[in-house]
Amino acid sequence: MFEQILFYAISAVLLVAAVGVITARNPVHGVLFLVLAFFNSAVLWLLLEAEFLAIVLVLVYVGAVMVLFLFVVMMLDINVEKMRAGFTRYAPLGILVVAIMALELGQVIWLRASGRNLSIVGSQQPDGYNNTKELGRVLYTDYVFAFELAAVILLVAIVAAITLTMRRRPGLKQQDITQQVSVKREDRVRLVKMDAEKDA
Amino acid sequence: MEFQAPVLAPAAAEITLLTLTCVVLLVDAFLSQARRDVTYLLTLLTIVSTAFVVAFMTGEGAQVTFSGHFVNDPMARVLKLVVLATTGMVFLYSRDYLARENIYRGEFFVLALFATLGMMVMISAHSLLSVYLGLELLSLSLYALVAFNRDSGNAAEAAMKYFVLGAIASGCLLYGMSLLYGAAGTLDLAELSARIADGATLSDLWVLVGLAFLLVGIAFKFGAVPFHMWLPDVYQGTPTPVTLFVGSAPKVAAFAMAIRLLVDGLGSIGEAWQSMLIVLAVASMAVGNIVAIAQTNIKRMLAYSTISHVGFILMGILSGSEDGYRAAMYYTIAYVIMATAAFGMVILLSRRGFEAENLDDFKGLNRRSPWFAGMMLIVMFSMAGVPPFLGFYAKIAVIAAAVDANLTWLAILAVVLSVIGAFYYLRVVKLMYFDDPADEPALEGSSVVKLALSFNGLLILALGLFPNGLIAVCQHVFG
Repeated sequence: MFEQILFYAISAVLLVAAVGVITARNPVHGVLFLVLAFFNSAVLWLLLEAEFLAIVLVLVYVGAVMVLFLFVVMMLDINVEKMRAGFTRYAPLGILVVAIMALELGQVIWLRASGRNLSIVGSQQPDGYNNTKELGRVLYTDYVFAFELAAVILLVAIVAAITLTMRRRPGLKQQDITQQVSVKREDRVRLVKMDAEKDA
Repeated sequence: MEFQAPVLAPAAAEITLLTLTCVVLLVDAFLSQARRDVTYLLTLLTIVSTAFVVAFMTGEGAQVTFSGHFVNDPMARVLKLVVLATTGMVFLYSRDYLARENIYRGEFFVLALFATLGMMVMISAHSLLSVYLGLELLSLSLYALVAFNRDSGNAAEAAMKYFVLGAIASGCLLYGMSLLYGAAGTLDLAELSARIADGATLSDLWVLVGLAFLLVGIAFKFGAVPFHMWLPDVYQGTPTPVTLFVGSAPKVAAFAMAIRLLVDGLGSIGEAWQSMLIVLAVASMAVGNIVAIAQTNIKRMLAYSTISHVGFILMGILSGSEDGYRAAMYYTIAYVIMATAAFGMVILLSRRGFEAENLDDFKGLNRRSPWFAGMMLIVMFSMAGVPPFLGFYAKIAVIAAAVDANLTWLAILAVVLSVIGAFYYLRVVKLMYFDDPADEPALEGSSVVKLALSFNGLLILALGLFPNGLIAVCQHVFG
């Protein structure tokens, strides 16, 4: 009973926060709403006894990704009015997407109503069950191939990022400290001997 | 809880390639620009050793390992060898061009090797997850390669378009996979096929929607109409060696992805994807062949020519029989050989500060170099499907497969469209032989490029004159 109340309360906050993300006038508020939404989904995961995923969501998304988002949003100085100008233009596409999602939602409800067993989530896990351990077990055994591939993809991302950003732009002016220090007086100052100005 | 370590032998080639690529990456970091050739030679060595491992050390038959994520079967071995050979050719063509344009950097080779690894993973994929990860590995490397020449505005624009559209396509593919996983409850392709055949999925509608999204991803990677928009811009905007790479080997990987997903994974709902593929194939052949006529830039022209060839490959796959898959595979290999030669030609004709990318740059090539005009003639005739060149047999095989599948109207349409397409191939021939050159500088390319190009052109002729060898290879894979 307590769990159910908790679930509905958290879900309600989650939905409000999600709506807030897209309705907030100020993009910084939008990002903060997204942080709230992430926190609440983390709690939902906790209710499902998926502690590891919940903590990773908070650490990675809230801790790293969203802070980065916040920085970007603050730095970009987005013109909110301009961003909203395309609303009517993109409305048909948006309605289409909403219609598809509503259809899929209907399917899920219809399937549940038709009595098929949809999921195993929510069932009680046995004592001593350790979500983190289970995840680690499949990650490093059954999915070790995918795990290694993901590592290679990250390596490529590093190589690509360095390739694309580390370069000398043509015509870039920069200081060469060694050259500056080892400069001699003769290189910089030229004494010109000339006669005093003639009288007019 | 007992866990058995996976058998690594079937994946020996991938392991070799990854290890050697990391060696290249490390060695290159300590080399001065003057000794960049060491990277180049190490890269070639990597390709050769990997090809050796694929050919002689990965065993016979079909072996599944890594808990069903990886398969090593005859198709995987043949396609991997094709990919490796193509990549090797790309490196041979590219070296001088890169050195001339001051973009002779180790990252080109490292990224291309990682892309090759991604292609090999896609070819050997036995689960939805490995297909996706291989594709991401390939795509990420390609995005970086396209943007490789940072001083070129065109390259940056092309990379931007490719990246944004590619990300959307990957998203569609992943969404389709998630729907299939949700409906069938398995990532394993063989298992997926079995469950769909048994009706053990949650709902047929989900499977169909998932299939539609998968097809979007596949069509994008192939460059099939209406997901072809990125192709001409990317081909035109990037440095020619990268165009050569993007336009050749990844098509083999795309073919493998289509076979793995559609035939291995969703073979039991063949009639569902057949009708979807017909639309893609007809649109690709029509748009590719007709729009190519209006192009004045040879890289754009070849891009549209690629789109039309993709239509033919899809036509083979949609026939839905072993014959059809064999024909599609034959066509893919033929296309890759022809595309490598065609872009190699563009590289050969380029000089320092001059990109031979306009059709007019081919004017009077016969007077400048009769031998290479002859090579280009072979490539163009083969792409147009004139006997006795390689492209002719490829087209015959695909069209025959379509007729066998009771799609005679499609076969007739394909013939008509390829006759229309012959116009722009023959126009290049006309420019080379019957027009006067604007200026007559001798060809500058190094002897390596010339040798590689001659080999490539003669290969098209030889495989056309003796088509049985390649046909036997394809027969060994399917049937």
